[in-house]
Amino acid sequence: MTITKGQIRSWSRLGQRATFFANAMPEIAKQNDNLMVLTADLAQLSNLDRFSNNFPDKFLNVGIAEQNMIGIAAGLAMEGYLVYATTYASFIAVRDLEHVRQHLSNLHLNVKLIGTAAGVVAARSGVAHWASEDITFMRALPGMTVMSAADSVEAYAMAQYSAKYVGPMYIRLNGVPNCPMVYDENYVFEPEKISILQRGSDVALIGTGLMVHEALETAKILSECGISCTVANMHTIKPIDKETLKELFDNHKLIVTMEEHNIIGGMGSAVAEYKATLNNTPRQIFIGFPDSFTKAGTTQYIWEQFGITAPQVAETVKKNMGGESYDR
Amino acid sequence: MCINTSLENVSRLKEMSIRMRKMALDMALSAGAKGAHIGGGFSCMEIMAVLYGEVLRVDPKDPVRPERDRLLISKNHCTIAHFPALVEKGYIKESDLSSYTVNGSRLIGYPYDPEIGLEYSGGSLGMAISVGVGQAISAKKKGMDYKVYVLMGDGELNEGSIWEAFMSARQFRLGNLVVIIDRNHLCYDGTTEDVMQLGDLCAKMSSFGFNTINCNGHDIADLLRAFDMTADDVPNVIICDTVKGKGLSFAENRPEWHQKAITQEQYDTALADLMGGKVL
Repeated sequence: MTITKGQIRSWSRLGQRATFFANAMPEIAKQNDNLMVLTADLAQLSNLDRFSNNFPDKFLNVGIAEQNMIGIAAGLAMEGYLVYATTYASFIAVRDLEHVRQHLSNLHLNVKLIGTAAGVVAARSGVAHWASEDITFMRALPGMTVMSAADSVEAYAMAQYSAKYVGPMYIRLNGVPNCPMVYDENYVFEPEKISILQRGSDVALIGTGLMVHEALETAKILSECGISCTVANMHTIKPIDKETLKELFDNHKLIVTMEEHNIIGGMGSAVAEYKATLNNTPRQIFIGFPDSFTKAGTTQYIWEQFGITAPQVAETVKKNMGGESYDR
Repeated sequence: MCINTSLENVSRLKEMSIRMRKMALDMALSAGAKGAHIGGGFSCMEIMAVLYGEVLRVDPKDPVRPERDRLLISKNHCTIAHFPALVEKGYIKESDLSSYTVNGSRLIGYPYDPEIGLEYSGGSLGMAISVGVGQAISAKKKGMDYKVYVLMGDGELNEGSIWEAFMSARQFRLGNLVVIIDRNHLCYDGTTEDVMQLGDLCAKMSSFGFNTINCNGHDIADLLRAFDMTADDVPNVIICDTVKGKGLSFAENRPEWHQKAITQEQYDTALADLMGGKVL
């Protein structure tokens, strides 16, 4: 379907989660008789209240029982349903990990896990509500596709794609109402393919999730210092787009991965795992949470503690343009 | 539920169970020094015989027919009881059984293989019941009349997510769900009451809104009576009082026989007891 400028404005206001559940999901419901959407007592928070009213037969609230939700999702998928299960990203990826491994990964079931408030969107709630290891865990599960949306347009596109894809998938939605937009109505989402937002010659900034917007801001700062950046969006973290990564390695002096996630095992690690198999590739800087938690506060405050805001990343890049070794 | 509780049927199922016990002993012996999950296998032999011999509406010639009953083995450490039942029903051949310890074979581990009646890959305890809830919800939504049976151990009731699933089974009024608990009173490290007490399990299950039925899990007639008492408006649980290692005099009620190698002498003793009518 065609997306209008008005929709883009509205989706930006709504954020990724509401765009996914309040806008895309009803369309998916109309196209898929076998749809089931499961929540663990977060229907309102996930903007599913209207969906549950309009499609009561396709909706199930399992209460505050996230592990049971995954098992029920598995049972429904074994019976032919296209199942979406959603709660906070940390709950679905960490608390539910073994259920996801045993049922969805092991049996390769057609369940889409939608982790909301990934990264530190739930800023003031503290560590319990942040998701900073979900990519690590989900990526390690055989057969699991892992995606992370940069903005509401991409969240919408991922929703549409996920309904057509058969198999287990984890979609990481981070983003609040009034989320900064990276794409417009002309965006063509290509699954499993890195999206290049701008091309430069010195540094490749590879972002995922909200860090894609931050990478664009970083590139602006660096361009004023005469450093030319490519900005890439790795929305599909698994399977990895080796072809585009190789091209980025071949044509830049420095690779910078940017994620709102622990630097251990996340998107940056996925890039590094592939890079390590190749000869003569540039060095990589890992921008992310430096294997630590921090005190709660605003998102901006937390990002600053971790050094992942655009000005901080620009400084880190400048320091590392010389070629000396980099301690992550 | 339509269950044949006649004396002839009891006697037929008893003979089936004796054949299964013989096959299980052969499997245990063939496992050699690696040992086998003896205790929890022999505690649920009659439960398996009654399920496959009478209760389950399944057809090995059409193994994934949508209308079939589902059986999820949650306490998966009982393949020496499950696989002989699959032989009896015709899913696999008796000659297949010894392959259950062979590298890469179809039967090794806890395989998911619906074509031979293996509806679930368990092993990590406490997880199958949630899947069963999902399948039971599906049946209700689609207006299908199959039932979902989940065989659980009593030790695994320590797992927390099981109680999430029990709550949801009642919430969604899953009268098509039948939980069978092999209450053999032992877990790996000792008795269930010493390690982590279950207390009045019957009262617990009733308080969760289940139609709760107690029976002797080695008494075929009592098992048939229990399945005959299942309701169809609320979820059911049949708590089967059993003996871990039942029929192996040297292993009964001994936690160390959870998994252990059996000697030729022990095999001979158990077989003589079985054939001499001392077990059932």
